[in-house]
Amino acid sequence: MTEELIIAGFGGQGVLSMGKILAYSGIMQDQEVSWMPSYGPEMRGGTANVTVIVSDERISSPILTIFDTAIILNQQSMDKFEKSVRPGGTLIYDPNGITRHPERTDINIYQIEGARLASEMGNTKIFNMVVLGAYLKVNPIVKLENVIKGLKNSLPARYHKLIPLNEDAINTGMKNVVDMHILN
Amino acid sequence: MTNISLEEIIKPENLVYEKTKLMTDNVLSYCPGCGHGTAHRIAMEIIEELDLQEQTIGIAPVGCSVLAYDFMNIDMQQAAHGRAPAVATGIKRVYPDKIVFTYQGDGDLAAIGTAETIHACNRGENITIIFINNGIYGMTGGQMAPTTIPGMKSSTSPYGRDIKLMGNPLKMTELVAHLPGTYFVTRQAVHTPSAVRKAKRAIRKAFENQRDKKPGVSFVEIVSNCNSGWKMTPTDANKWMEENMFPYYPLGDIKVDGELVK
Amino acid sequence: MGELKLMKGNEALAEAAIRAGADAYFGYPITPQSEVIEYLMAEKPHERTGMVVLQAESEVAAINMIYGAAGAGKKVMTSSSSPGISLKQEGLSYIAGAELPCVYANVVRGGPGLGTIQPSQADYFQSTKGGGHGDYRQIVLAPASVQEMADFVKLGFELAFKYRLPVLILSDGVIGQMMEKVELFDQVPRLTDKEIEEKYPWATTGRKKGTERRVITSLALQAHEMEAHNLKLQAKYKTIRENEVRYEAINCDDAEYILVAYGSSARIAQKTVQMARQKGLKVGLFRLITLYPFPSVDMQELCKQGVKGFLAVEMSSGQMVEDVMLAVKGCAKVAHFGRFGGVVHTPEEVLNALEQKIIGG
Repeated sequence: MTEELIIAGFGGQGVLSMGKILAYSGIMQDQEVSWMPSYGPEMRGGTANVTVIVSDERISSPILTIFDTAIILNQQSMDKFEKSVRPGGTLIYDPNGITRHPERTDINIYQIEGARLASEMGNTKIFNMVVLGAYLKVNPIVKLENVIKGLKNSLPARYHKLIPLNEDAINTGMKNVVDMHILN
Repeated sequence: MTNISLEEIIKPENLVYEKTKLMTDNVLSYCPGCGHGTAHRIAMEIIEELDLQEQTIGIAPVGCSVLAYDFMNIDMQQAAHGRAPAVATGIKRVYPDKIVFTYQGDGDLAAIGTAETIHACNRGENITIIFINNGIYGMTGGQMAPTTIPGMKSSTSPYGRDIKLMGNPLKMTELVAHLPGTYFVTRQAVHTPSAVRKAKRAIRKAFENQRDKKPGVSFVEIVSNCNSGWKMTPTDANKWMEENMFPYYPLGDIKVDGELVK
Repeated sequence: MGELKLMKGNEALAEAAIRAGADAYFGYPITPQSEVIEYLMAEKPHERTGMVVLQAESEVAAINMIYGAAGAGKKVMTSSSSPGISLKQEGLSYIAGAELPCVYANVVRGGPGLGTIQPSQADYFQSTKGGGHGDYRQIVLAPASVQEMADFVKLGFELAFKYRLPVLILSDGVIGQMMEKVELFDQVPRLTDKEIEEKYPWATTGRKKGTERRVITSLALQAHEMEAHNLKLQAKYKTIRENEVRYEAINCDDAEYILVAYGSSARIAQKTVQMARQKGLKVGLFRLITLYPFPSVDMQELCKQGVKGFLAVEMSSGQMVEDVMLAVKGCAKVAHFGRFGGVVHTPEEVLNALEQKIIGG
């Protein structure tokens, strides 16, 4: 199994940390992982994206142009990465702020209202965990228990009290992911 | 006066002066009349008198004293041009109990090494800096230095240093005295017996400060001559130094025990 | 099994410095490697092992702090990125001349000049052909993973002290910034001052009474002395060329075409090999681990085995390719492909270049 994924959105949406948690979860179940961010001035307030690869085998290129899955969290990223999903692949997006919805018919498309759901849960910071939940529902490449283990290992102890909230957010995402276009 | 034989003269009980063992027997490469030899000797005498040789590491610069390690009989490193304070910082940080000093000329310390000098002084490295200022680049043949005084002739200011064209001399010692990281800053000379005694006392203090872990750099400038570069006889050079260099670079302590005294 | 962590390449390099028993790190921030000194400052290595970390006023000062501490027998490291590495070249030439051991890393970004902060491999010539002035060489290790960013620090120190020369870890923005799983090696204890005095009699630690003074210098005013010193250096480099070549041959056994690459380009090229094999092309990857010494002999062996062409894949306009040409001596076709100036080539572009320049060309 090899999953090649891009997560793209605004800086501050938790794009990089979502990728990091996913990568950590992969390590927890003894897989190979890589996490390659876009870096530089564009990170400051502009767009941010990260390529995450989780695999049972040694990972070759950490930089890719074609992905199994794209998680898209703003319009610029939609314009840039919709075309980068391989035919038969998956696109998950948050409709918040999206003016042009995905148009491809050769991929699976899902929607998750991460921003709205996180706000309803009273904490916009867990937005990325809601989106992660939606992704893991669609493609359960890592087990929830390993995500929690990954959080425990990657977060400093003073944040461990927030882990139940993150778990709730993942579950909320899993329950609320909407099928938009599913290939037969 | 009675006639005494050579054998009498060299008897141990007639010994009145002995070269420090911390100077090698190599013939000094400095020009006759140059102050470097005296400055080397008094620095090494102090290391010997304070019994610090087993923990002392000296840094030689680029300039006339690049070969200081041929004459100072202690462990030495030769640094790239101007970088001696950084080299000394590297050693002192990994060996806080050792004695580390740099021996640098004015081209090395006050031109190309300005950043290293100021930052080592400002960080308050517990090191000793001995700074020989003769107002000229001696080794490369008498070019203008940052310390060349107004009107002074050199091979790159053949009609005298023109401030409008060439900028001002840099009083590095006054400058570092105002940094919080310096503990002892003084300006001395070695052209007369009494000046040598005073300079030696200053160097002693500079090494004692470091030995006793007083906070910060101990910085000793020695205003010296360069009779070759100045194109004068040694005696004329010393006279010219007294009349021209000392008014511009006045001798004496500037900062003592962390307090400005001037 | 050592401790498993998810780390950036730059962080792994920093953690490895602590674990390798380094005595000091002297550095100066520059993108994309500032995480090295940030990580070290946050880790408080002084409390963990007694290691000193100091932010210098410049790259120039940092490399000269390395010179001083290395000359006194300590295990010391610095790191920077391309423009900062250029500033360090004076100090590196002195370190090579004075035969001092040290490890330093270059997390390469695009140039020339201030260039870009994006990844590049355009410092190959600088790294393998000298960099600073004078006839010297350094061992150049090219990590292609976060794991190797850590492991090569330990290996680098071993080689640096074995041969008394600078060892360069030549990384780039991809390897420095990406995170991967890394298994950290166990803590190597720092040497005591007494152990240093016993192991390294050349180190300037203060002259003991009744012993000869030690001098660390790169100066010999007499030309014949300098020539003798150079001959000694050259003999050392010959030993290194004979004993320290490292590379990894992936799918090379039956290969008709070989991609030659190092660092992040090797990772990309590995993907290209997979794609090519799916198309039925017999393509292998010859991944350089040491750029100096260059595995010339082993590359010639591939020629004898029937390889028809080599494509040098590097993020530069063509630097490593010259060494590939020298190595294969015309026995097979050699071409270069690479994006540069901060642009990273894709596996598809590499495959296309292989088909155009080597297989079809």
